[in-house]
Amino acid sequence: MSEKDVKNLEEIFETRIARDEKIEPKDWMPEKYRQTHIRQISQHAHSEVVGMLPEGNWITRAPSLRRKAALLAKVQDEAGHGLYLYSACETLGVSRDELYEQLHSGKAKYSSIFNYPTITWADMGAIGWLVDGAAIINQVPLCNTSFGPYARAMVRVCKEESFHQRQGFEIMLTLCRGTEEQKAMAQDALNRWWWPSLMMLGPTDAESIHTEQSMKWKLKRKSNDELRQQFIDQTVPQADLLGLTIPDPDLKFNEETGHYDFGEIDWDEFWQVVKGHGPCNKERMNARVNAWKNGEWVRDAAMAYAEKNEKRKVAKAS
Amino acid sequence: MENTKKNWPLWEIFVRSKNGLEHRHFGSLHAADAEMALENARDVYTRRNEGVSIWVVESKHITASNPADNGELFEPAQDKVYRHPTFYDLPDEVKHM
Ligand SMILES: [Fe+2]
Ligand SMILES: [Fe+2]
Repeated sequence: MSEKDVKNLEEIFETRIARDEKIEPKDWMPEKYRQTHIRQISQHAHSEVVGMLPEGNWITRAPSLRRKAALLAKVQDEAGHGLYLYSACETLGVSRDELYEQLHSGKAKYSSIFNYPTITWADMGAIGWLVDGAAIINQVPLCNTSFGPYARAMVRVCKEESFHQRQGFEIMLTLCRGTEEQKAMAQDALNRWWWPSLMMLGPTDAESIHTEQSMKWKLKRKSNDELRQQFIDQTVPQADLLGLTIPDPDLKFNEETGHYDFGEIDWDEFWQVVKGHGPCNKERMNARVNAWKNGEWVRDAAMAYAEKNEKRKVAKAS
Repeated sequence: MENTKKNWPLWEIFVRSKNGLEHRHFGSLHAADAEMALENARDVYTRRNEGVSIWVVESKHITASNPADNGELFEPAQDKVYRHPTFYDLPDEVKHM
């Protein structure tokens, strides 16, 4: 194909997206579209999968059977989200093995929020309420993204997320209506998860590199700063309802703008965690790599068994 | 060391959400064999009563049309307006037809 032909195809491609047409896996697409999507969808999948680890930490120690069943179902959903997304990503011509390899070698990123530790039961409440809350704000606009398999996966994911946030808020509410000690535990969890949750919505617009192209492809519909504002505006009244204090002395409702003004985010901390120096980066990666390595003989055995059965079937038929 | 590592193949998953409806494509997953694909599909795609029946087909068995052939395949139908009821002029007195 000549350069002119490609340019032509690219133009047709961009107008299709502008018209709100969906792109499906076998359609022609610019190489950059394919690569950007592989990167974003796989990062998203990795985040769902690594995201199981901080909460998995508390399944065996949940305070009641009701909480245990809910947490288990929630973590299982996150595994499902990872699988929907990996399967969407694979339609772009990358294999599951390559994707795992990118995660395990540290080449691929996942959401930095999962590199923080879960040290008390209240963290299960704070994660559901804040982390899943921020995830919902990030994900809802993606239900209309241009790549069909990604959009379809996101519709399914979003349907399941609202239970995650509600179960988390219920944990917070129960603690806040409990003893002094329990309420203090909830406050402590909010103190630790608030800022990382704000960071989760991504670097400020001024420092965000991919935004313009991503907007065109509907991989992004609102800027990071807009999403963050939306998250803060919706979450502050919920904290009030719990009777908890958001750990930001500069947080104040601005009558003029109709939004909350908030304090400076520590972006150094964010970049440190992204670069691998968060409190749990190593632990998370080790857990993933070990799970993959230690499961290898099981995968091989299942494959050998399947092949043996297949041979038997063929022998019987002949 | 053996170097011919075999990965679990990819399967396409189709789910009938209730009797009376057709099976619809839900996504894909990896499994060693058909039985495992069914079990995994149950866990991945029907955790909330999304289905009453599941089909699994190994992805390599699906032959798909090429979008580059769309003109050839689908355009001929575009100018056959006489295949639609609105093409036919009937007087207003004819009701319910
Ligand atoms: Fe999720
Ligand atoms: Fe979630």
